[in-house]
Amino acid sequence: MITLDFVYIFAGIVFALFALLGLYDRRNPRRFGNAAFWGLLATSMILGDYLGDFGNGLLVLALVAIAGTGQIGRGRGGDVPAEVQAARALRYGNFLLLVALIIPVVALAGTFLFKWIPGLADPKQATLISLAIGVLIALAVGMARLKPPALLPLQQGRRLLDAVGWAAILPQMLASLGAVFALAGVGEVVGGLIGAAIPEGSLFGAVLAFGLGMALFTMVMGNAFAAFPVMMAAVGLPLLIKHYDGDPAVVAAIGMLAGFCGTLMTPMAANFNLVPAALLELKSPYGVIRAQVGTALPLLAVNILFIYIFAF
Amino acid sequence: MLVLIGIAIIIAGFLLRFNPLLVIMASALATGLAAGLDIAAIVAAFGKAFNDTRYVSIIWIVLPVIGLLEAYGLQQHARSLIDRMKGATLGRLLTGYLLLRQAMAAVGLTSVAGHAQTVRPLVAPMAEAAAEAKNDALTGDQREEVKAFAAATDNVGLFFGEDIFLAIGSILLMKGVLEGYGYQIEPLHFSLWAIPTAIAAFLIHGFRLRRLEKRMQKTAAGA
Repeated sequence: MITLDFVYIFAGIVFALFALLGLYDRRNPRRFGNAAFWGLLATSMILGDYLGDFGNGLLVLALVAIAGTGQIGRGRGGDVPAEVQAARALRYGNFLLLVALIIPVVALAGTFLFKWIPGLADPKQATLISLAIGVLIALAVGMARLKPPALLPLQQGRRLLDAVGWAAILPQMLASLGAVFALAGVGEVVGGLIGAAIPEGSLFGAVLAFGLGMALFTMVMGNAFAAFPVMMAAVGLPLLIKHYDGDPAVVAAIGMLAGFCGTLMTPMAANFNLVPAALLELKSPYGVIRAQVGTALPLLAVNILFIYIFAF
Repeated sequence: MLVLIGIAIIIAGFLLRFNPLLVIMASALATGLAAGLDIAAIVAAFGKAFNDTRYVSIIWIVLPVIGLLEAYGLQQHARSLIDRMKGATLGRLLTGYLLLRQAMAAVGLTSVAGHAQTVRPLVAPMAEAAAEAKNDALTGDQREEVKAFAAATDNVGLFFGEDIFLAIGSILLMKGVLEGYGYQIEPLHFSLWAIPTAIAAFLIHGFRLRRLEKRMQKTAAGA
């Protein structure tokens, strides 16, 4: 049966090859830093389960030390000139589109297939496993028809990853910080503070505090999942559901979505907000957040009103 | 109260633009120490969580494919497709993607599209081409804004579609938390109550996409 472990090994090999190719990139003045960084990430992917918790922690400290002291750079050049790309686009056109769509289509098909036919792959991880299979198929089809130099996909992939740089592991780092916050009981303290700030006897005040609290605490944690249990315990359950007799399904469902509005406005949700800015090579790392605030704020107000109207 | 020092470090660190990885590590250490943990325990807790969340970083395996296709002109081809479609305006294109992303997420297909898989190779270049159809001299800032909106549209579509799906993590979390307090609620109820917000998100963001399209044309006429 295919499990997520196979995908980790595949990802580890990709990162290891990025590290190796990076080591020989003489156009990058910080090539040793890059190679060490992606090499450590490859180690984490392949051997993470054997390193032990403290060993993994040391690995993270090393990653942070490399990135934090500015040892990661990018080699200049290496991209294919725009005229060459345009000429090739005329020749290969829709074939490129077809290959690009293989990944989502296989991810889609595999997700269903692995759930219908048990035993092939871990059904809980069906989409991630299918995504990896889609990558392999797309790569094989693309290589067969385009016949590029053998290392071209890896070299171009490495160039794209170097453009993202250390931000590539930011989402994983923030998720781990959330675990330390949970261990230290940060949530309970914040929930207590917000609970104490609500004016007594005001239903709308309580709904407002719940909705704003979900959004604000999500912004701090970068994740509505971390905010939800805390805000439910502090405000949702004792006030909205018990005291004012609100519908628990509405309070929970729309409260969670109020949290998602916070996700749109925080750099802490790095995979949604900072990583795409790097991937699209925007000048400002906060460009995506800036584009989202205008949707997030009115939608937050709508969510707070929805709870007030639908739950009571 | 003292454990809140980690949050203060995060906010100050981001504002002062220190390297975020350093800021996160400092915050984790300070929070753990404030809670009375020793350094080795904090490092181990962080390492365990890092190992448990490796799946978050798997997405980068798509880059060799994207790199190959881009070297052979995928972005240019995506642009020329839009050029050939007469009715493809910036607003319609991104609103269509928003609807598609919401609909796919609503049936549980969250990882099918995304910033690496679809936004960078397809949606962003298509959005630029659609904007250029009405304004052939996009300034650098306008180009940035169009690309940022392509990414923003992916996020809005994902966030306000996925909670309609029954088996998504957030619904299971809600069910689990409420069960802990003695409320038995079917996942379907959470799903249904995600629909009004999904519609509101579509209307609000769709309206903003129309305004973006108008703004891109107006500045072109004024320039």
